[in-house]
Amino acid sequence: MDLIDNLILGFSTASTLWNLFFCLIGVLLGTLIGVLPGIGATATIAMLLPITFQIGDPVAALIMLAGVYYGAQYGGSTTAILINMPGESSSAVTAVDGYQMARKGRAGAALATAAIGSFFAGTVATFLIALFAPPLTAIALKFGAAEYVSLMIVGLVSAVVLAHGSVIKALGMVVLGLLLGLVGTDVISGAPRFILGIREYADGLNFVAVAVGVFGIAEILRNLENEHERSVLIRNVQGLMPTREDFRRMTAPILRGTVLGSVLGILPGAGAILAAFASYTVEKRVSRHPEEFGKGALEGVAGPESANNAGAQTSFIPMLTLGLPTNPVMALMSGAMIIQGIVPGPNVASEQPALFWGIIASMWIGNLLLIVLNLPLIGLWVKLLTVPYYILFPIIMAFCSIGIYSVNSNVYDLYLVAFFGILGYALMKLRCEPAPLLLGFVLGPLLEENLRRAMILSKGDPTTFVTRPISAGLLALAAAVLVIVFLPAIGKKRAEVFVEEGA
Amino acid sequence: MKKLLAALAAATMLALTSGAQAQTYPDRTITMVVPFSAGGPTDTVTRLVAEAMSRDLGQQIVVENVGGAGGTLGAARVAKADPDGYTLLLYHIGMATSATLYRKLPYNTLEAFDYVGLVTDVPMTIVARKDFEPGDLQSLLDYVKANKDKVTLANAGIGAASHLCGMMFMSAIQTPLVTVPYKGTGPAMTDLLGGQVDIMCDQTTNTTKQIKAGTIKAYAVTSAKRLDVLSDLPTAEEAGIAGFQVGIWHGVYAPKGTPTEITERLSKSLQLALKDPNVVARFAELGTAPATEAEATPAALKAKLESEIARWKPVIDAAGQYAD
Repeated sequence: MDLIDNLILGFSTASTLWNLFFCLIGVLLGTLIGVLPGIGATATIAMLLPITFQIGDPVAALIMLAGVYYGAQYGGSTTAILINMPGESSSAVTAVDGYQMARKGRAGAALATAAIGSFFAGTVATFLIALFAPPLTAIALKFGAAEYVSLMIVGLVSAVVLAHGSVIKALGMVVLGLLLGLVGTDVISGAPRFILGIREYADGLNFVAVAVGVFGIAEILRNLENEHERSVLIRNVQGLMPTREDFRRMTAPILRGTVLGSVLGILPGAGAILAAFASYTVEKRVSRHPEEFGKGALEGVAGPESANNAGAQTSFIPMLTLGLPTNPVMALMSGAMIIQGIVPGPNVASEQPALFWGIIASMWIGNLLLIVLNLPLIGLWVKLLTVPYYILFPIIMAFCSIGIYSVNSNVYDLYLVAFFGILGYALMKLRCEPAPLLLGFVLGPLLEENLRRAMILSKGDPTTFVTRPISAGLLALAAAVLVIVFLPAIGKKRAEVFVEEGA
Repeated sequence: MKKLLAALAAATMLALTSGAQAQTYPDRTITMVVPFSAGGPTDTVTRLVAEAMSRDLGQQIVVENVGGAGGTLGAARVAKADPDGYTLLLYHIGMATSATLYRKLPYNTLEAFDYVGLVTDVPMTIVARKDFEPGDLQSLLDYVKANKDKVTLANAGIGAASHLCGMMFMSAIQTPLVTVPYKGTGPAMTDLLGGQVDIMCDQTTNTTKQIKAGTIKAYAVTSAKRLDVLSDLPTAEEAGIAGFQVGIWHGVYAPKGTPTEITERLSKSLQLALKDPNVVARFAELGTAPATEAEATPAALKAKLESEIARWKPVIDAAGQYAD
């Protein structure tokens, strides 16, 4: 009965008027800032850190910051869908089909699907945290370098399925992404690689800058190509709410996305974005309409959106139970805790039960507030698309630039946006998909780092990948995916998956 | 010629205005650059100190994170800033070690800055996964020497506190170990908790909570005296490594040419901030203590920087690994 007592304590802490107020402020700010392209949760929370001094009450401060985090996660998908501008790295996947839905006039349905999926995933993840935080952490700790390598291999193999054009081009994009990921300091030797003498790139290329470039700026360039195409977007905005058929189609992807996201979110590193990519792959595999993927498939929004929200939520687990930040936002949260006089670590749950359970309960309340706030706002967001493009696009560019600059006050990140915008436009003209490129870009450095670390730890013995059970299991999974993709015996499915190849 | 004229003009302007500036200083918002991303231990230290200093100075101090290249990007930014006291830098031991780790810095470490004072000296702890065999530091040393090809030593990347301390450790015990670098303290600590690596030497800011919870094993603290928060933990000195003292000291700097009145004013403010009960309490929870009034002075910081550059240079050169 501990759990129920704890949840009661949590909800009574989180639902005091004072804490509700900060939760509301948090999700509101988060949504607003998430909607501004380029400005992500990391920048927002960094900007809000000084304010937490003034709040004084650690519970309220952390509830607000957590609200900003999942609010921004949510807002990031809004821009991904409406203007192909992923505000958060994890919404890059949402942009693929979400934006295509918007172009077909179904922006409202896409936004509503994202909201519903996020809320469901958020709810489940909250209860997962409450129920299983300690055992889940134990699983995450079992993941050593060898396990990560195998997980990345699963990811890369899946990337081939992710593509909805030519497989060769998709492979090319993955490899290009892997190569771009090599830019920066070599973790093992400390030597800078491919930075062309620019010290600002010593820590690698900024992911958000690359994503905003290849997706957003490239799209703006394409839209500016001709007057006619631009107005298409504006004219046929159909019903805002999903239809009965939409609901039927989104249910299973949301469930699967939630499971994937909850599991991958716990892992340090790129949990939420990996989850989104993985969910997209799975949905495309199991869908009865794989040919719709990349052209506005509802499942392509519902699955990844649920996955990244669940992942965002469960990434709190290692931070709350071990004091280990698994991503930059969690690092900021632990910084905020220290400022408030709470050192994140394994004892937080027992020493500060009100804070621990209060934050968990506030996540659910925050998710509820988000959906209440955002469903009515969908109409407004969609109206945004009717703003003449010559007004809209300079505003988008300005906010993008401010947002990206604000993260590290680094002007070289803006040069990256410009460069990748042009590259993205060229790739679009060549009919190469940016999504596999981003996946390669995310996985490449992780794969290399962990591969080399695994080899150091095993004293150069490569069998470490198959003698460790979790790693062996993941490799088997990768092999299975390969077999499924390339075995002609599973012909019918395969034909559908690659039906667009000829198109 | 043009450059020279401009420099002359700037110097004259500076001479003419600095007196007047110093009297009214500060009359606008001050920026304090942290050369690391938000949320890390140095960022936290900076925010605590900046908040307390701004109450004394009567002007807000905005903390700006200019991360990258081991902190040297932020330092380079401040080195180039106007020396008017409105742009400051809070940087840790990396200020001294980067002078050797980086062979091509865009600034000269000893020439480019004026000094405000030391902030704190965070002790390090020698820790291991919780089921690691040796029971105390002496048996750890014996074990490590007997199994030097097997024992793995984690660090958070080139130039990180754990990397520096690890180098110093290997140099002190004259035994090279298998080093396993990570990208940041978080993943390194995760693998230590998960038992994937054997030992690490890291700041108390990262290890205290874990040690207290018994999730990792601690052998020694690298400060001169035992710590209040971990009073059972012996110092490395008393447990068997003579002269082994490593601290991640932090200092506040200003660009070279900042009027002395201003650095003195800032130093006074820093000394006050370090007595602020909130700062003292937060520092204590992190396992560290504020610098004393004598340490929080320009002269003390200058002396510390010079001696630390000299102390680390041979250790880093011996390891032969550079960051550029």
